[in-house]
Amino acid sequence: MATTTTPNATDWPGRYYHIDQILEKAGPRTDPEWVPGDKAKEWLREGVKVLVIGAGGLGCEILSNLALTGFKDIHVIDMDTIDISNLNRQFLFRQKDVGKSKALVAAEFIMNRVPGVKVTPYHGKIQDKDEDYYMQFTLIICGLDSVEARRWINATLVNMVDPENPQSLKPLIDGGTEGFKGQARVILPTITSCYECSLDMLNKQTQFPICTIANTPRLPEHCIEWASVLEWPRVFPDKKVDNDDPDHIDWLYKQALNRAQEFKIEGVTWSLTQGVVKNIIPAIASTNAIISAACCNEAFKIATNSAAFLNNYFMFIGTDGVYSYTFEHERRPECPVCGGEALDLTISPELTLQELIDLLIERQDIQIKKPSLSTPTKQLYLQAPPQLEEATRPNLEKKVSELVPPNGDVTVTASTLPFSLSLRIAYT
Amino acid sequence: MIKIWSMKKNEDAAAKKKPKTSAAQIRVQKDLTELDLPSTMKTHFPDPADLLNFTLTITPDEGMYKGGAFVFSFAINTNYPHDPPKVKCTQTIYHPNVDLEGNVCLNILREDWKPVLNLNSVMVGLQYLFLEPNPDDPLNKDAAVEMTKSRDLFISNVKQTMKGGYLKGTQYDNVLSRS
Repeated sequence: MATTTTPNATDWPGRYYHIDQILEKAGPRTDPEWVPGDKAKEWLREGVKVLVIGAGGLGCEILSNLALTGFKDIHVIDMDTIDISNLNRQFLFRQKDVGKSKALVAAEFIMNRVPGVKVTPYHGKIQDKDEDYYMQFTLIICGLDSVEARRWINATLVNMVDPENPQSLKPLIDGGTEGFKGQARVILPTITSCYECSLDMLNKQTQFPICTIANTPRLPEHCIEWASVLEWPRVFPDKKVDNDDPDHIDWLYKQALNRAQEFKIEGVTWSLTQGVVKNIIPAIASTNAIISAACCNEAFKIATNSAAFLNNYFMFIGTDGVYSYTFEHERRPECPVCGGEALDLTISPELTLQELIDLLIERQDIQIKKPSLSTPTKQLYLQAPPQLEEATRPNLEKKVSELVPPNGDVTVTASTLPFSLSLRIAYT
Repeated sequence: MIKIWSMKKNEDAAAKKKPKTSAAQIRVQKDLTELDLPSTMKTHFPDPADLLNFTLTITPDEGMYKGGAFVFSFAINTNYPHDPPKVKCTQTIYHPNVDLEGNVCLNILREDWKPVLNLNSVMVGLQYLFLEPNPDDPLNKDAAVEMTKSRDLFISNVKQTMKGGYLKGTQYDNVLSRS
C-alpha cells in the first residue's frame, strides 16, 4: 500500500495529464463517496496490483493498455511459447522470440517500452498457483482461449471469498473473442453471476457427426477429423495426439490428404489441419483490440472507483456491421459454483454419518430427501448406484469426526435440491 | 473497491464459503446418484472411489440384440458437463452405429451434446441403439448396408457375431449374457 509518494524519476511532468483529468474530479455518475485527487492517483500507481491471465492476442493488448493507463504493478501468467503464427497480432513478440515464453517476453517488452512499470511474469499454468498467490491481487483480467481455464479461475475466485474479509473478493474481468465477435464481462465473485452461471450459453465448437466423418465426408474438415478422431486412435491406441507436436500434425495432415483425394475433396492443407485439430478460430487483431480496451477500461474504473463500471456483460458482434449489447446476466440459483445453499453445522464428535444424514432429512429448512454426501477428496455415502451405495455403506456407522476434519466441507446432492448444498462441519 | 464489498453486504449477507469440490465432481455425483436405469442397464466402477471412470453393461431384453451383454466404458473429464463423457464399446460387435474400434455414433455424445443433458440421457440413448439400430447414420457401413438390404440376413449376422463368430474376416467378441 502507498504511504507518501516520492516522485518517481520516470514520472516526467505531464506524463499522466489525460488520465489525471479523470482522477482529479468526480463525474456525474461517480460514486459520491469517492474522493478524487492525489490519493486516488497514488492508489492506482502504487496500491493496485493486477494479474493478467494470458499473454496472447488479448493479453498483449491488455498488458499494453494497462501499462499506458498508469497501472504499475502488473503480473502475467501464460503457459504457452511464441509461435510464428502469433506474430501478426501479438505485437509484443518478434521473430527472434519464436519458441520463448510468452509471459517472459511480454513482460520484458512492456518494461522496456513503458518506464516505471513492473511486470512480473510466470511461465506456467494458472493451476500451479494457490489461493495465497491470487489473494495478493486487487483484480484479475483474463484473456484466455480456454473454457476449462476460465472455469478453474472462476471457481477458485468464488471459493476464495471469505465473508469476514473484504480483501478476499477479487473482481474478475473476462474477455474473449472469436473472429469478429467478442465479449467482455465483469464478475464480482458471489455478488454477480459467475462464469459457471453462463456455461450453457456458450457457443459450441463445430462438431461433425461421427458417422459423417466415417462414411460420407464432404468437407476438408471431415477428412481432418477422420484422421484425428478415428484413424489416430486406431493406429496409435496408446498415444494421444499432441496438438503442439508438428510431427503429429504432419501425420494427421498426410492421412487427411489421402482421404480427401480418395473422396475427391479439395482444400486439406497443413495449416487447416492444425486449425481444425487445435480448434483455432481465426483471430482478428482489431476484435482483440476492442475487447481488450473494454476490459482495461473496466479494470481502471473498478480499481479507481472513478466511474460506474460494466454491469455485467458486454457483447460485441462485428460479423454484420457493428452491433453491441450490454445486459445484466443473472446469477443462477442452481449454479454449481456460486449457487446452492450453504450451511454451518456444529455437531458432536460422537455423531455418526447415519445420524448426520437423519439430521439433514429432519431439518424443515432444507427439505432434503435421500442425500448423497462427499468431501472434496472422497465419497462419504452415495444413495446409488447399488455398487457405490454398498461401497460407501460402511461409513454410515463411522463417526463424522473420523471422516471430516474440523471446518471441513461436505457436498450434499439430492434430487430434491436445485443443485447441491454445502455443509461446513464444526465439532462441539 | 470499498463500494463492491458494500454491495455484497447489502444483498448477500448470508453467503458462505463454498467447498473446493469441483463443479464437475459435484455434477457427476448428482448424475450418478440420481440415475434412473431400467433393469437392463448396470454400472460398474473398477475403483469405487473414482466416479469419473466406469463401465455400463446393457443387456437388451427385446429386439435383435436380446441375449447379449454389451459393455461400454465411460471416461468423464474435469471439463464435464461442458465436454460430453467419452464413451466407447469395449467389445468388437456387429452394429451399424458402432465401429470395430468401439466408436459409437450417437448424436448426443458429440454434435448434439449440451450441458443440460446428463449421464442418464447418454445411457438411455445407448440402449436405444440396440433396440433401434439406425442404418441411416452408419459407422459400420457393411452392417448398415446389410441391414437395409436384407433384414433377415442382418439379424442372422447379429446372432452369429454375438456368439463370437467370424464374419467377413472379422472375429467378433462373444457377448452372450451368462446370466
